[in-house]
Amino acid sequence: MRITQGCFSFLPDLTDEQIRDQVEYILSRDWAVGIEFTDEPHPRNTYWEMWGNPMFDLKDAKGVMMELDECRKAHGDSYIRINAFDSTRGWETVMMSFIVNRPKSEPGFRTWRMEADGRHIRYTHELVG
Amino acid sequence: MNEMSKSEITDKKKRYAAGVLKYAQMGYWDGDYQPKDTDILALFRITPQDGVDPIEAAAAVAGESSTATWTVVWTDRLTACDQYRAKAYKVEPVPGQEGQYFCYVAYDLILFEEGSIANVTASIIGNVFSFKPLLAARLEDMRFPVAYMKTFAGPPTGIVVERERLDKFGRPLLGATTKPKLGLSGKNYGRVVYEGLKGGLDFMKDDENINSQPFMHWRDRFLYCMEAVNKATAVTGEVKGHYLNITAGTMEEMYRRAELAKELGSVIVMVDLIVGWTAIQSISNWCRQNDMILHMHRAGHGTYTRQKNHGISFRVIAKWLRMAGVDHLHCGTAVGKLEGDPLTVQGYYNTCREMVNEVDLPRGIFFEQDWGNLKKVMPVASGGIHAGQMHQLLDLFGDDVVLQFGGGTIGHPMGIQAGATANRVALEAMVLARNEGVDLKTEGPEVLRRAAKWCKPLEAALDVWGNITFNYTSTDTSDFVPTASVS
Repeated sequence: MRITQGCFSFLPDLTDEQIRDQVEYILSRDWAVGIEFTDEPHPRNTYWEMWGNPMFDLKDAKGVMMELDECRKAHGDSYIRINAFDSTRGWETVMMSFIVNRPKSEPGFRTWRMEADGRHIRYTHELVG
Repeated sequence: MNEMSKSEITDKKKRYAAGVLKYAQMGYWDGDYQPKDTDILALFRITPQDGVDPIEAAAAVAGESSTATWTVVWTDRLTACDQYRAKAYKVEPVPGQEGQYFCYVAYDLILFEEGSIANVTASIIGNVFSFKPLLAARLEDMRFPVAYMKTFAGPPTGIVVERERLDKFGRPLLGATTKPKLGLSGKNYGRVVYEGLKGGLDFMKDDENINSQPFMHWRDRFLYCMEAVNKATAVTGEVKGHYLNITAGTMEEMYRRAELAKELGSVIVMVDLIVGWTAIQSISNWCRQNDMILHMHRAGHGTYTRQKNHGISFRVIAKWLRMAGVDHLHCGTAVGKLEGDPLTVQGYYNTCREMVNEVDLPRGIFFEQDWGNLKKVMPVASGGIHAGQMHQLLDLFGDDVVLQFGGGTIGHPMGIQAGATANRVALEAMVLARNEGVDLKTEGPEVLRRAAKWCKPLEAALDVWGNITFNYTSTDTSDFVPTASVS
């Protein structure tokens, strides 16, 4: 199954040129780019592994693309996402996040239902595949 | 009205002799008054009856919304009454609206209880709107000092934490209201929720009047909707939600419904504006305590916000709701089926989202408002919008908004999932293009057409609705051309 996290997952996978355009947009807003990867795309898995710290002082999209290439070489069969961090007071959070690499075969999730009293069901999701 | 009757009587004996005085004579008008940083300010648009002097009318508004009654009372002299009197301090004709005046009133902070919108409203809108010397009155805007802001906890979640909890960044969120809004059984209702979420929406929504009617008990709705939410999470890998409407006849019943929503793992609950200010602040506290996003549907507001000469501007309602503490607030679409001039609607959005509102007359913001770090409210655009308007919506409102396409999702010719997918693809294509530097106003339709070439559901949506517009004249626009003051 195609996991649809991130802000461009309903579009065809972005080309490197499209990724670079988005990185340029991020840098134009003075946001810092971070690259993260994981094999465990559970919707509640907040902390993907960081491919180094966010690149606070980087001004050139080329640098990000080189880091992305390196990350792909090391983790080509994982999910990789690009995050943009804004340090402006009142935001101080991720302003953009999109997937730039997917494993060849994407795992899916299985829903576990535990029946409880009063027709309650407790749900949990497990990664499969 | 002569000059004497416009100024306060300073001779105490004359001032407090039994009988009736003009409000201005009683001290509720002071054209030289300089509002303090700690004052609460209100701007009213008033239409005095024929023959009523606008300054006396303004003084009456100040009087009736603070300490005055219709006649002199000696008991004023037991208090520091000069300070408790609100002061009308500026009156000016409304540009282009004969017989209407903008009247500015300042209130000392001591007149208000901390952390209580009920108290603010009881003073500011308690009496004056029925006052006979006025044909009509409208509360246009208010300014609250930071000191007073800090007595409110504000939104339980706020835009930043909501996005972090949902793991959704860099684009507007998408929602849809389940339709038909009345009549579906719980099981059928949950089907609509599942289809919409699986197709690409972030949220589905109960409508304002779905509570616990004979065709669907509230518990059934909650149980089936949460099955749909969890199933949709599993097939997409995304956090999904459904605004469970917990509006009920009593506060006890609202808490009962909120508790079940929590037990079932919902990320969000919803109440209607008609539950009232006290109930809103109470449920907001509950939400803060239980990590729940609070969605506010502004049901009923049109009865008092729509007509420009009488009632309350929605920007004031939005301000009160941010203080009372809601996370989502329906603020209009500008391009959809419901009332809303684009600039005026942007003014509501700014009230929800900015840290400081600067004076912005074209958008109806009359006062600077420092929010004192109160969290931001996520505005919701809902009502007669469709995928073909995506470029306009993104251009008008930016990223921090929930775009809700009810009919535009569920009425899709290829089904609900396809309707949801059409909206999500249109949105992502538009955000991508905007970030690449495309001018949405001129090239937006072309971006949609290009995406429709590879996305059949979007193509079908544009075929059905691409030409639907709601071009009616707005009743509520900002009258802002500055003119000379009459005072």
